Amino acid sequence: MSEIRERAEQSRGKKAAFGRDLNLEDFSRQGGAWEYDPDYRQFSPEERSRLLTAGIELTDEDHAGTFLQADKAIVHCQTRQPGLEVLPITEAASRHDWVNDLIWGLVAVDADKYTAAAELELDNGYFIRALKGAQIAQPVESCLYLRTDRFAQHVHNLVVVEEGASLHIITGCATHPGVISGLHIGVSEFYVRQGGKLTFTMVHNWGEEVHVRPRTAVMVEAGGTYVSNYLLLRPVKSVQMYPTVTLNGEGAVARMQSILIAHPGCELDVGGRVILKAPHTRAEIIARTLAIGGYSMARGHLVGLVPDIKAHLECRGLILGNGVVHAIPELEGRVAGVEMSHEAAVGKIAAEEVEYLMARGLDEEEAVSTIVRGFLNVKIEGLPPALEEEMELAIQESGQGL
Amino acid sequence: MLEIDDLWVNIDDKEVLKGINLRVPVGETHILFGKNGSGKSSLLMTIMGFERFQVKQGRISFLGQDITQLPIYERARLGLGLSFQRPPTIRGVKIADVLRVCSRGAIVPEVLAATYDFTQFLDREVNYGFSGGEIKRSELLQLLAQNPKMVLLDEPESGVDLENLQVVGAIIAQLLQKDRRPQAREKSGLIITHTGFIMDYVNADKGYILLEGRLLCSGNPRDILQDIKQFGYEECSKCRR
Repeated sequence: MSEIRERAEQSRGKKAAFGRDLNLEDFSRQGGAWEYDPDYRQFSPEERSRLLTAGIELTDEDHAGTFLQADKAIVHCQTRQPGLEVLPITEAASRHDWVNDLIWGLVAVDADKYTAAAELELDNGYFIRALKGAQIAQPVESCLYLRTDRFAQHVHNLVVVEEGASLHIITGCATHPGVISGLHIGVSEFYVRQGGKLTFTMVHNWGEEVHVRPRTAVMVEAGGTYVSNYLLLRPVKSVQMYPTVTLNGEGAVARMQSILIAHPGCELDVGGRVILKAPHTRAEIIARTLAIGGYSMARGHLVGLVPDIKAHLECRGLILGNGVVHAIPELEGRVAGVEMSHEAAVGKIAAEEVEYLMARGLDEEEAVSTIVRGFLNVKIEGLPPALEEEMELAIQESGQGL
Repeated sequence: MLEIDDLWVNIDDKEVLKGINLRVPVGETHILFGKNGSGKSSLLMTIMGFERFQVKQGRISFLGQDITQLPIYERARLGLGLSFQRPPTIRGVKIADVLRVCSRGAIVPEVLAATYDFTQFLDREVNYGFSGGEIKRSELLQLLAQNPKMVLLDEPESGVDLENLQVVGAIIAQLLQKDRRPQAREKSGLIITHTGFIMDYVNADKGYILLEGRLLCSGNPRDILQDIKQFGYEECSKCRR
């Protein structure tokens, strides 16, 4: 047995450091045997509509590459631009020897029972690579889809942006309209080589009883940039994730933005950590959480290990009606010469702000929506129009019934 | 345009307005003087309908309609517009967004802002980090977008430097149609001022002194201001009663 496998075996029952503990045996490992679908013909209008709200357009048009995994099955995988490689990770591992050296290079296989499960019972995942110098203008669309109720999906994703390359991935994670419960475990390891740029936009639209445990780590080399956008607008049972970005080379940059809505019954424990290990690295974490009855733990952690780094953490929570937002911003400077700051605020909408806008002729609902829209107004480049509409809808629904 | 009869108002259990009677006809601009805490802002906020100001007795009518119980936004839609003395900061909401919504799509924020040299503020969050002068200009720009029939201005010149005061004065004059002959004006105003500087830009028709929640006198606003300067509020209110 390999050392990695052995460590995974030993961690089968290991609880995660954060978030509600799950019994993996409560979920099924019997996913549907979905066929490969080059034209997306197997998707009903309801499924298409559902996937659209997760930013998945089910078309190869306007995408440099596409990847769609339903339960365990790779349903669609295509590359349309030179300099880009999109493959199931199992196929990538057999095609390139070096892929195995990168797998579990950033995330510890024995971190918890979820990482262990991804190693011991892998259901594939995507491999996306932008070759040296390739400027991939259109986004790559990837989708991890739960199509069977109570299924536990275990995926491992690997992204490599080689030297000087540029890539934008839009990952939509969603459930079939008929799926209520399930579990998604997604290990993701991203390597941004020297001078490369990766923009990673992840949209979650899960079922109301679905639990989600992403385990993500990113390494950025000198002069590289990593931009992460995370949107969770719809109800989910629980999400626990704490992606970690390591800025390893001089001048590397990370920007992590998240917009979360905690619906009733929802438990979110979402954070972002950036470790600044090289001079002149910069990091920014921006989190906006809107609680409309649910619970949200918003974590953020900046670690400055060398002088001449600059980092800022902004964590703001808004509670509409009821709900909990618990913000824990952490700044950890290990040497003199670091410049790190944070801004955290949690509160409700001030009545004077609502009345101010009402004095401009907006009724109460319009005023609240305007304030919520402003609160969630984090500029995300390259968002598909359907997602912008989805955000607008979520904002309007959030302000109702106050 | 605006008629107030025997208006009594409380904030919590404290009486702040005690039997106010006031008429502002169409096309006229009236000025409210008074010491700090005398109830001037409370009167404007009550006319606008803010919840904190509880009307215990009396009636406010606007354009012949009883608005005493109307919500704020309905008063705004009828044509009342308020420039706040100290407006709140609204993080994330851009000035351009507010201009767009308060005109209900009737104006293009970029065009309006360009006219009043406010373009660089369009993408700024409402009142966030604004100087005193910028706040007042922002307030007035919102009123221009809203295009009210009657403007209520709470100390429009406070915190404004001389250069900005000219801009502020010019916008207020435009809001009140001061370029028209008095008989042709359709807009009215009720303005709170301590210094009277704004009267250099707005030829006001009538002034009042409000003291301890009561309107104590009325008359030519320049004469009233002169008396206040000369005798102070107490003496002035006695002699003009």
